[in-house]
Amino acid sequence: MATGVLGGFGQKLLSTAFCGGSRSFLKNAATTYYASRRGGATWFPDYDWMRQFEGPILLPPEDRDKIPPPEWTQRQAPVEKKVRNVTINFGPQHPAAHGVLRLVLELDGETVMRADPHIGLLHRGTEKLIEYKTYTQALPYFDRLDYVSMMCNEQAYSLAVEKLLGLEAPIRAKYIRTMFAEVTRILNHCMFLGAHAMDVGALTPFLWLFEEREKMMEFYERASGARLHAAYYRPGGVAIDIPIGLMDDIYEFISKFGERLDEVEDVLTSNRIWKQRTIGIGTVTAEDALNYGFSGVMLRGSGIKWDLRKTQPYDAYDLVEFDVPVGKNGDTYDRYLIRVEEMRQSMRIIEQCLNQMPPGEVRVDDAKVAPPRRAEMKTSMEALIHHFKVFTQGYQVPPGATYTAVEAPKGEFGVYLVSDGSSRPYRCKIKAPGFAHLAGTDMVGKNHMLADIVAIIGTLDIVFGEVDR
Amino acid sequence: MESNCFVLLVEVVNYLVLIICVLVGVAFVTLLERKILGYIQIRKGPNKVGYMGLFQPFSDAVKLFSKEQTMPIMSNFIIYYFCPIFSLFLSLLVWSVLPYDVGLVSFNMSILFFFCCLGMGVYSVMVAGWASNCKYSLLGSLRSVAQTISYEVSLALILLSFIVLLGGFSLELFNKYQNYIWFMFLSLPLSLIWFASCLAETNRTPFDFAEGESELVSGFNTEYSSGGFALIFMAEYSSILFMSVLFVVVFLGSNPCSLVFYLKSMFLAFVFVWVRGTLPRLRYDKLMYLAWKSFLPVSINYLFFFIGVKSLCFVLNL
Repeated sequence: MATGVLGGFGQKLLSTAFCGGSRSFLKNAATTYYASRRGGATWFPDYDWMRQFEGPILLPPEDRDKIPPPEWTQRQAPVEKKVRNVTINFGPQHPAAHGVLRLVLELDGETVMRADPHIGLLHRGTEKLIEYKTYTQALPYFDRLDYVSMMCNEQAYSLAVEKLLGLEAPIRAKYIRTMFAEVTRILNHCMFLGAHAMDVGALTPFLWLFEEREKMMEFYERASGARLHAAYYRPGGVAIDIPIGLMDDIYEFISKFGERLDEVEDVLTSNRIWKQRTIGIGTVTAEDALNYGFSGVMLRGSGIKWDLRKTQPYDAYDLVEFDVPVGKNGDTYDRYLIRVEEMRQSMRIIEQCLNQMPPGEVRVDDAKVAPPRRAEMKTSMEALIHHFKVFTQGYQVPPGATYTAVEAPKGEFGVYLVSDGSSRPYRCKIKAPGFAHLAGTDMVGKNHMLADIVAIIGTLDIVFGEVDR
Repeated sequence: MESNCFVLLVEVVNYLVLIICVLVGVAFVTLLERKILGYIQIRKGPNKVGYMGLFQPFSDAVKLFSKEQTMPIMSNFIIYYFCPIFSLFLSLLVWSVLPYDVGLVSFNMSILFFFCCLGMGVYSVMVAGWASNCKYSLLGSLRSVAQTISYEVSLALILLSFIVLLGGFSLELFNKYQNYIWFMFLSLPLSLIWFASCLAETNRTPFDFAEGESELVSGFNTEYSSGGFALIFMAEYSSILFMSVLFVVVFLGSNPCSLVFYLKSMFLAFVFVWVRGTLPRLRYDKLMYLAWKSFLPVSINYLFFFIGVKSLCFVLNL
């Protein structure tokens, strides 16, 4: 009776533990408990396994021997039936479509047989528009590409132009850029984490993290005057120096942000439902990740050590210490953990930038590229002329081509810039990480359930500004 | 004959009074949910309408009912139109089993009646999803049918073990038998399973597949707007309220005529919201495994345990 009530688990425990008397039980209790828990992954019946049970069951009839066999010439045409999977339009007006993703899903029951992303609903022709703008005017377009990691996009463009001009930003500007790039990384990952959790069904972290985003956007505002589309990084440095007191406030923010992150992790990381929804979902092998041209967390999640901040450091990344988290299984849970850890590393980088921030200029000392100071313009005729030239005609960039990439929060954000020697770029090709990730939707999402597709879209961390350009 | 008519009249009036109270309760449960969710998410929640947002539910109702009633093309309009009405009707009808000592339609088979209403409730969701001619609605209703039926099994088994224990189908028995100890302490696992099944039965957050905001847009009620949506909404919250009341009756036994009863029910309603603010959504197939492979064995074990206890008592002439 007792074992019957306790059920399978208790029975196993009792029979293994009590057969050798109570001493054996005391000795083996802990091991038995852990052995019964099985550390390994739990297998749930997947689509292929379930397929074998589909269709009617063929049981031999009772009077099988009495039925006369059909004549050998008799032909029975099988009843033809046309069976088609359901196709549904996932988006563009879907709460989990992250903007304007239109995903055509072919469903067999709840299982996704094919996921076909349709893009272009946010296409604005940025690359072509840039060809008709001066180098200064082209910069704000980059804010509007990946509109949750604004300054990193600007950084890629500024570095590209600097490379063509043969300039190098002053050291203070480099530190400011690095610091704000990391603020941007936190900004982006906050958005990712909140939206991802909301896709999986947890409403609360979204609002907690948006509160933090709000604080960081205030830093943006104090540095550049704009909360979102900052246009703060410029070829040759940054637009203006950061105001007095901003560094203190950033320090205060990062000293508290870790706790906020802990709170979010308390809700998610060890939550059984969250683990069930993310572990083993959207697994990308290292080979696939390389073949599909993934970058950033999508690549590191699969266990490939590749971070442009380490492999080809730009700005002040070679002057600060930080670790790059790398995943093991390449599933959604790994990528979630990596992004959380990246935020912690970003806090570390920001703190080092704050401590090492040198005094000095924030723009390159070249009157042909950087606009003069306001005060100088009031007294110097030459400065006034330079100002006028920089903001009307722009500056000429020597002929050449460059591909410059930065490690944006979503992956490798690159700018291929061709100059013909005029003040406008001849061609500007933008390599957005989200585009390659979205192209992998079908590979990653096939044979998952509809609910997993939503989690996968979340983990790909797609923003349509950069995918559609 | 005349007195019979009078009794009937009194019961009808009693029931109407109860329904009106329930509807007012439902209005404020929605406000409670929005407020609690607000504070969980570090924001205020509704605090403008009336005094501290107290009239928000009524303002919502006025807004919803004055919106345009849409008519999806190719939908089965009559059925589409009447489904919300039917579902609200069912979820209000089920309140009549509430074991009040005086008045109301108290009858012996109240547990059976409760299951009948629950079973019929599936149809309103299923048909509402089917009739609105929308793939998302259809998926939502398919999910909810499977889910609701599976969880009804576990609900039924749990109540069955208590029926065996009490030897009757009336909810009034629960009050009498829990004089010395609450059934929650007697069978804690059962009460937890019951609560989880209630969450699934009312389509609430870790199990809200029928709506599945981020997956199925809004699930079976995607195509509903204005009055139809309002009715579905009210039906949903009325069943939440009923489930929390029923939990108190079954597991936290106290007399519905006492204040403590309502405090306990309110706490249960709060837990419903609390869970919503905390947990992510489970996946559909895992929910099924949870019902059939975890909940069912435990509740069947308990059923046999109670049968054993009961027969032991019978044998020993206790």
